[in-house]
Amino acid sequence: MNERNEEHGFKTEEAISTLLKVGVNTSLVLIAAGTLLSFLNKGGYEAGAPAVAKLTTSAGAFPRTVHWLAAGIVHGNGQALIILGLLLLIMTPVLRVALSILGFALERDRAFVVITTVVLLLLLISFWLGKGA
Amino acid sequence: MNPLSFTLIVFGISYLAGLLGSLVGVGGGIVVVPALTLLMGVGIQKAIAASIISVIATSSGAAATYVKERVANMRLGMLLEIATVIGALSGALLAEVVSARSLFLIFAIVLGYTAVSMLRPKGYGVSAKPDALADRLNLHGSFFDRSLGREVAYRVSRTKLGLAVSYVAGVASGLLGIGGGILKVPVMNLAMGMPIKACTATSNFMIGVTAATSAAVYFMRGEVLPFVAAPVAIGVLLGARTGARLMSSLKNNLIRIIFVAVLAVSCVQMLLKGLL
Repeated sequence: MNERNEEHGFKTEEAISTLLKVGVNTSLVLIAAGTLLSFLNKGGYEAGAPAVAKLTTSAGAFPRTVHWLAAGIVHGNGQALIILGLLLLIMTPVLRVALSILGFALERDRAFVVITTVVLLLLLISFWLGKGA
Repeated sequence: MNPLSFTLIVFGISYLAGLLGSLVGVGGGIVVVPALTLLMGVGIQKAIAASIISVIATSSGAAATYVKERVANMRLGMLLEIATVIGALSGALLAEVVSARSLFLIFAIVLGYTAVSMLRPKGYGVSAKPDALADRLNLHGSFFDRSLGREVAYRVSRTKLGLAVSYVAGVASGLLGIGGGILKVPVMNLAMGMPIKACTATSNFMIGVTAATSAAVYFMRGEVLPFVAAPVAIGVLLGARTGARLMSSLKNNLIRIIFVAVLAVSCVQMLLKGLL
């Protein structure tokens, strides 16, 4: 993207830079807070080797539904907070791509609107494919 | 081991990985995966999943600066992302069917390659060959180089080769939980004719999207364990931030040698784990 940006007062680079910074920092705060909560509430983080064995294998995995996540956050479940942070971190580049589409559209750069949209679709497909696997 | 000591040790290792990685210009993933599997007894798929999450954090953090300063070539990055994303998707899906033993072997090979390529002196861009695709999509770029104190303009060539290598880098990223910059940066620099700063910045810009693709697959599959991923993500990111601050005041060669030694030892151990 180039100088033409300024014509319509939307600076794509600055918007993307801010989005990335805010996304990464917010998710890290959530992950750190979730870890702290997990230790304080002993939400599976009890002392002892069996807890570690369980937490580092899929045996300790839990249902990852939106409902579980929402309920977990409401009840102050530390692991739910970590998951929310991890999801936000994964979504940050996705939002960045969406924002670039807007930038290229404002520049009327049709080729790059198409290219960026393809990237966004592929990203969304990967969530769906992962679920199927 | 207690959950608390596990968290603190993994945080410490990840911090060091992020610090060393950023000082020598690679991500932390290449150190985090061997450390989690060899030292902490985490399964290789779970280690890869945790590492790929940290890759998103570090590259997005770095890209925020590069994009603002316009060092990253966003147009080229977006184009090559098509290839890295398809690669990451194939790599992440492949990781499910590849045996843990083969993953150790493939990882060992990439570690060995990384160690060797870091010992070679960095090349300087070759003269740009005319490239119709780069002209049509207007991929050429320029940025203000602070150390030179002037604007540096460059022309991009061999875009198709860049797409092919980006695909391979994407596969490596999705399969092994690393960023893949070690493959892209030399090609952009040596074959595509870009200045090294633009190469690393553009590679970093792309890595967030590449890693998000495979992270999505690992996440939906339930391989991302909050207990493992949390200290890794925070540790690597904080380490990388410290590294970026120390960058100018440290002797690069000593760090490079230490890093190569770490890579070589991990390479041999991963190799043994795959073979025995």
